[in-house]
Amino acid sequence: MSEIQLKDNADKTILDAPAITTHIDHHSAPHGYKRWLFSTNHKDIGTLYLWFSLTMFFIGGAMAMIIRAELFQPGLQLIEPNFFNQMTTSHGLIMVFGAVMPAFVGLANWMLPLMIGAPDMALPRMNNWSFWILPFAFSLLLLSLFTEGGGPNFGWTFYPPLSTQYSPDSTAMFVFSIHLMGISSIMGAINVIVTIFNMRAPGMTLMKMPMFVWTWLITAFLLIAVMPVLAGAVTMILTDKYFGTSFFDAAGGGDPVLFQHVFWFFGHPEVYIMILPSFGIISAIIPTFARKQLFGYHSMVYATASIAILSFTVWAHHMFTVGLPLAAELFFMYCTMLISVPTGVKIFNWIATLWRGSITFEVPMLFSLAFIVLFTIGGFSGLMLAITPADFQYHDTYFVVAHFHYVLVTGAVFSIMAAAYYWLPKWTGYMFNEKLGKWHFWCSLISVNLLFFPMHFLGLAGMPRRIPDYALQFADINKIVSIGGFLFGLSQLIFVAVVVMAVRGGKKAPAKPWEGAEGLEWTVPSPAPYHTFDTPPEVK
Amino acid sequence: MTQPKIKKQLRLLIFSVVGMFGFGFALVPLYDVFCDITGLNGKDYSRATAVPMSSIDESRTVKVEFVTYLNKKLPWQFKPEIRSIELHPGERYQVSFVAINQSDQDTFGRAVPSITPGYGAQYLVKTECFCFQEQMLAANEEAMMPLIFYIDPNIPADISTLTLAYTLFKNEPTEVAMR
Repeated sequence: MSEIQLKDNADKTILDAPAITTHIDHHSAPHGYKRWLFSTNHKDIGTLYLWFSLTMFFIGGAMAMIIRAELFQPGLQLIEPNFFNQMTTSHGLIMVFGAVMPAFVGLANWMLPLMIGAPDMALPRMNNWSFWILPFAFSLLLLSLFTEGGGPNFGWTFYPPLSTQYSPDSTAMFVFSIHLMGISSIMGAINVIVTIFNMRAPGMTLMKMPMFVWTWLITAFLLIAVMPVLAGAVTMILTDKYFGTSFFDAAGGGDPVLFQHVFWFFGHPEVYIMILPSFGIISAIIPTFARKQLFGYHSMVYATASIAILSFTVWAHHMFTVGLPLAAELFFMYCTMLISVPTGVKIFNWIATLWRGSITFEVPMLFSLAFIVLFTIGGFSGLMLAITPADFQYHDTYFVVAHFHYVLVTGAVFSIMAAAYYWLPKWTGYMFNEKLGKWHFWCSLISVNLLFFPMHFLGLAGMPRRIPDYALQFADINKIVSIGGFLFGLSQLIFVAVVVMAVRGGKKAPAKPWEGAEGLEWTVPSPAPYHTFDTPPEVK
Repeated sequence: MTQPKIKKQLRLLIFSVVGMFGFGFALVPLYDVFCDITGLNGKDYSRATAVPMSSIDESRTVKVEFVTYLNKKLPWQFKPEIRSIELHPGERYQVSFVAINQSDQDTFGRAVPSITPGYGAQYLVKTECFCFQEQMLAANEEAMMPLIFYIDPNIPADISTLTLAYTLFKNEPTEVAMR
């Protein structure tokens, strides 16, 4: 019997883990490709998700490199404007649906059962299906780029009439790939909810769950609420383009503005889908390396829930300039600003956790600290955008691009990096190369700011987004931004090196490689055996 | 962790997914109803009205601008006689729009109005408008299409300009009938 302490709850809990079993599974796992193709094991599927996400991160990243290369200097040098538009569109879609979301689902697959003391996910076969849909979805999307007339070129938000009257013939491929991605993430979300509600170890009440579990539970509900709406929106685009309906076509009595309402009703909760699990990750890592309990666990839970609920009341702040009545502009402005309150609660809780902590700066902690600072910058530029009259200036400029890259790259992606470094020893059984990890961190940190910070200035000076060419006065800053972009892209190769090296070998990792770490996942050996918690641990 | 409990939750969750998919489509009629009730969106829901003329407010003028758009598929020319006019609220005014069919075929068109700012839409009252009916122009025919309107004197003081935009669309159903 080992006694460990669960930290995330206010009152310290003593936990009786059953004698840790290091057994290799009895019903031997299938080998070769069948192990992966037919896997119902949450760890295997988690691994598949994470590798898939990394692959998509590099494909989407390569597109970003093409975009930055074209924008390196004014004029058209490398690619046609139409191809440029396909790059911005595909970059957005791939990063959102292919890199960030699958990475979170992968982390959920790997870590949720370990964190709540469950032997596996509740619906393992559906789990397999929800992963294996993804390669088909993205093949469909990527293949559309090679069709005659090209792939989607209407921006990842696919506003009509760009996506209906003026879209390429391959639009149906785009629509079906979005359908598949939606089905996949809905199945993933259902699995997470059912797992958390039914598979927790005895004694693990809801308010004793680690924050990562909480944030994922709330994210899963958001996914179930909005992914079907996205599926509806793409379906209406499909029928408008190919079957003569006029949902969004004024000629037939429809309204293109309606699309923006439907899309952003999905789109705004979607941005919280991409950040709430990050909050969970940071809430796990900060206490570990500050060697203190998470400050304000209960307020963290309530803040997460408030953010999720409020996210349904702010969608029209993406469309302030579309001609909303004054009352609506005020309503959406105030609601948007209101979200900064629970978000602020979280930031202050993390800072309070750090306060007088015994802090060390291992790679996961470095990424988490950078997350807090840089995500806050992204939050503040979001507040600027929330001010309706100011938004009329910022709308559709590089200021918006800077804002959402701060929250998505230095926010979501940095938290995923932090999570990867944090749990890598648990996954591979080896400690990663700390020195190389730090190189990755510092290169990323410097280049990412070189990449995105000057974009604020470009936007304020009036450079519109989604253009392949620009006015001459933006030349110098664009050059700096492009250099930052290339450096950031190259820095991610260090990450691949670190991961590959840690998979191959290195220093053996103990069950609990981080001194201050607490939680059930550290009670199983590293690497986590194929089957864990066959007998549920008891949480007191 | 009983199996029936999981099945029940699963049913509930799948039901929610289907429900939300339906909700996405339900937004379409809901949006129209919402705009109709609140008069938002610059959608012009007015029908021909013959309300008794209210008194003319001589104390102020409102500028009315006329803008025309043509849908690509319609081989017409379509222009207002004048670009804008200053009117006292309550004053009745007639403006004509010139439409020329530049093709060698009889074509049907329909004008869809939109008024900016949206919340001013309800104060532009039309008593006669070509946009109430489908328009037909024979090959190379030219026509003057009249619009008679007045501005409701209750128009809020902060609206000094109303922009009335017409987009002419080719009327598809009739086109099918003509074949």
